[in-house]
Amino acid sequence: MHIVVCVKQVPDSREIRIDTKTGTLIREGVPSIVNPYDLHGLEAALQLREQHGGRVTVITMGPPMAEKALKETISLGADDAVLVTDRKFGGADTLATSYVLAEAIRKAADTWGPVDLVIAGKQTLDGDTGQVGPGIACRLGLQQLTYVEKIVAVEGRRIRVERRLEDGLEVVETSLPALLTVLKEINTVRRASLPGMIAAARYKPIVWTVADFPDIDVTKIGLKGSPTVVSRSWVPEVRKVDTTYVDGAAELWEALWATDLPERLGWSAEEGA
Amino acid sequence: MSERFDAIVVGAGPAGTAAALTMARGGLNVIVIERGEFPGAKNVFGGVLYRHHFEELIPEWWTRAPLERPIVEQNYWLLNGDGAVKIGHRSRRYLDGKPNNFTAMRAKFDRWFAQQAEEAGALIICETTATELLMEGDRVIGVRTDRDEGDVYAEAVIIADGANSLLTQQLRARPELSPGELSLVVKQTLALPREKIEDRFGLEKDEGATIEILGAPSQGMVGLGFLYTNKDSLSLGLGIMVDDLMATGARPYELLEAMKQHPALRKLLQGAELKEYAAHLIPEGGLRAMPKLAGPGWMICGDAAGMVNAVHREGTNLAAASGRMAGEAVVTMARSGDFTPEGFQAYARAVQASFIQRDLAKYQRLPAFLHEHKELLMGRMPEALNDCLYEWFNVDERPKTEHQRQIAQNIKGMAGGAWGLLRLASRGWRAINE
Ligand SMILES: Cc1cc2nc3c(=O)[nH]c(=O)nc-3n(C[C@H](O)[C@H](O)[C@H](O)COP(=O)(O)OP(=O)(O)OC[C@H]3O[C@@H](n4cnc5c(N)ncnc54)[C@H](O)[C@@H]3O)c2cc1C
Ligand SMILES: Cc1cc2nc3c(=O)[nH]c(=O)nc-3n(C[C@H](O)[C@H](O)[C@H](O)COP(=O)(O)OP(=O)(O)OC[C@H]3O[C@@H](n4cnc5c(N)ncnc54)[C@H](O)[C@@H]3O)c2cc1C
Repeated sequence: MHIVVCVKQVPDSREIRIDTKTGTLIREGVPSIVNPYDLHGLEAALQLREQHGGRVTVITMGPPMAEKALKETISLGADDAVLVTDRKFGGADTLATSYVLAEAIRKAADTWGPVDLVIAGKQTLDGDTGQVGPGIACRLGLQQLTYVEKIVAVEGRRIRVERRLEDGLEVVETSLPALLTVLKEINTVRRASLPGMIAAARYKPIVWTVADFPDIDVTKIGLKGSPTVVSRSWVPEVRKVDTTYVDGAAELWEALWATDLPERLGWSAEEGA
Repeated sequence: MSERFDAIVVGAGPAGTAAALTMARGGLNVIVIERGEFPGAKNVFGGVLYRHHFEELIPEWWTRAPLERPIVEQNYWLLNGDGAVKIGHRSRRYLDGKPNNFTAMRAKFDRWFAQQAEEAGALIICETTATELLMEGDRVIGVRTDRDEGDVYAEAVIIADGANSLLTQQLRARPELSPGELSLVVKQTLALPREKIEDRFGLEKDEGATIEILGAPSQGMVGLGFLYTNKDSLSLGLGIMVDDLMATGARPYELLEAMKQHPALRKLLQGAELKEYAAHLIPEGGLRAMPKLAGPGWMICGDAAGMVNAVHREGTNLAAASGRMAGEAVVTMARSGDFTPEGFQAYARAVQASFIQRDLAKYQRLPAFLHEHKELLMGRMPEALNDCLYEWFNVDERPKTEHQRQIAQNIKGMAGGAWGLLRLASRGWRAINE
């Protein structure tokens, strides 16, 4: 099996702050991490490789500093990691991102053999749209399985998964090649072994620039190929809640009666007593 | 599967990185095991970096490294409850041509320094903790880490894992450190705009100052406070000997908070915003607590070997110098292809011949002296000196002879008479001279 995993480097949202004046993220000094869902995607791919053999190729589109994210995937066991990077790719929205990634997956197939499975995360911590995975599937004509919580079986050219939906669980089966977007519940991400860490420290990611895609349509990439317009972004106001601290049930009862809640619920003072 | 390296370094602080850099440049296959998310991530010091010993490794390093401010002024303050006796020195000579020392942040500096070793070819493996030395008989042959398939093997292991060195303990290279040989330092980084720092400390743009603080803040325990200027923050800290903390039950962070309220400090810190809080140990035992430095397959450098000169606030420079010497010894052994016990001892001899051992030998009696006279040195003396200067400057109805008689009495009184004073002076002299 040849599995391609798409990963994105994102700012660590636990340490993110927002400039309240401009409404933009303050990226300076915020550490970058691999989008957490994507690590679960990689783990799923590694487990499939352990069961069925084959290779795992990781692809990211991003700035040169995304090398660090790729090295992390190597430490966990990816066979190769490709950085798709070029100034001309910069400023991409989900449309342009999924176009370039689809082209990169085609190139990965040319380089290392036909791709059976593409795995992406459910969504990213920063862009948060969840559109890139499905966008790639459309462009490559792949079967599309989103919100995957479990890979039940891969048998021959078929894959069966469980999808977590808002109102339940769906078990679906389809043929390969397919694209999955995965949830965190799908697995527990392993910790890299020491040989993995050593391999990663030595690894030089493969770099593909625009020049490596002779057939690419340059009107569809980067800022030019991105019709999305962010008209405004702002910080939602923190909702103010009045908080009173009370000690014990009796005080709580008193405090509740002091609010307008009993009235709104249509209680009378007699009932309360 | 497990690969063999020429050398393993445990810890990417100044000592470990200096060793790794030296060996990588010598063409050796070097791996550094560091438990932090990146080198320096959790490392804490005051702190001041000295140009000289890093310059031996990287000429002109200070023009490229992330540093805070070159220092033009250094001070000692002796505090009593509300007063301060201040002595210090300011001169542009410290800056002329090549600045002598700088304030810095370890999270930035250690990371940069480790990058230099990486560029020279050392492999730096972070988020990985060395848990044990691997032995074959009495020879160290590798290191076990907390990762799967986590054993690595090498001809030489350089132990540079800092003050609380687990691996030094495993070697039984010295008895376990006692609380009387360690101080615990708490430190706050306080954000303050550059212009305010420069105004309050009387500095030209980008220049720095340091203040070492003795007396009242340590409340009679053996301790030292400090206040240093960074680019747009202040480093404020207080260190106290661990045995004193245990005996009194005092809480270091409370002492630090109290120190911030001292009238001499309060206005300097006013409006500064707490950015970071940290605590760290300093090995203060000096030469007498120094472990055996080398044995078959291993060497110990920097804080792990207790190489701190507390009197002069030096540690990083001893660490970097010892790391370099260890690295050189390994390179020499690798050239001859012969990793004999004798080759490892060459490192210990290099340390002995250097400023490291000579400075530590000079002050080897000091820890005991401070401990023995702590009430006097940390309490009565700062008090008496404050009183003396008060007498000197205060003008009232009394004639000068009376003021000065009072001064003489204060000084004698603090040491229990003239004889006590002489004895103290002679003991003090011996404590800081071999
Ligand atoms: C507020 C805001 C404003 C923005 N403004 C602009 C703008 O003005 N102009 C602009 O061009 N862009 C802008 N973006 C960025 C851009 O829209 C997306 O970040 C980017 O296209 C990827 O989409 P996503 O992060 O939503 O990914 P999602 O669709 O949420 O990602 C799903 C999965 O797709 C894969 N994936 C996503 N991105 C990559 C990648 N780069 N490489 C490899 N795999 C990937 C991962 O597996 C990921 O888990 C903005 C984003 C936000 C949040
Ligand atoms: C508050 C304070 C103020 C100081 N002020 C100054 C000053 O102003 N000037 C000065 O020169 N010195 C100062 N020092 C002393 C100085 O910080 C030390 O002497 C110096 O850092 C020693 O360097 P080192 O490389 O030996 O150890 P460290 O810098 O402590 O580095 C040890 C490294 O090993 C790693 N490590 C530890 N255990 C393991 C393990 N088991 N596995 C893997 N990695 C491990 C740690 O994460 C760390 O990166 C100060 C110290 C303190 C605490």
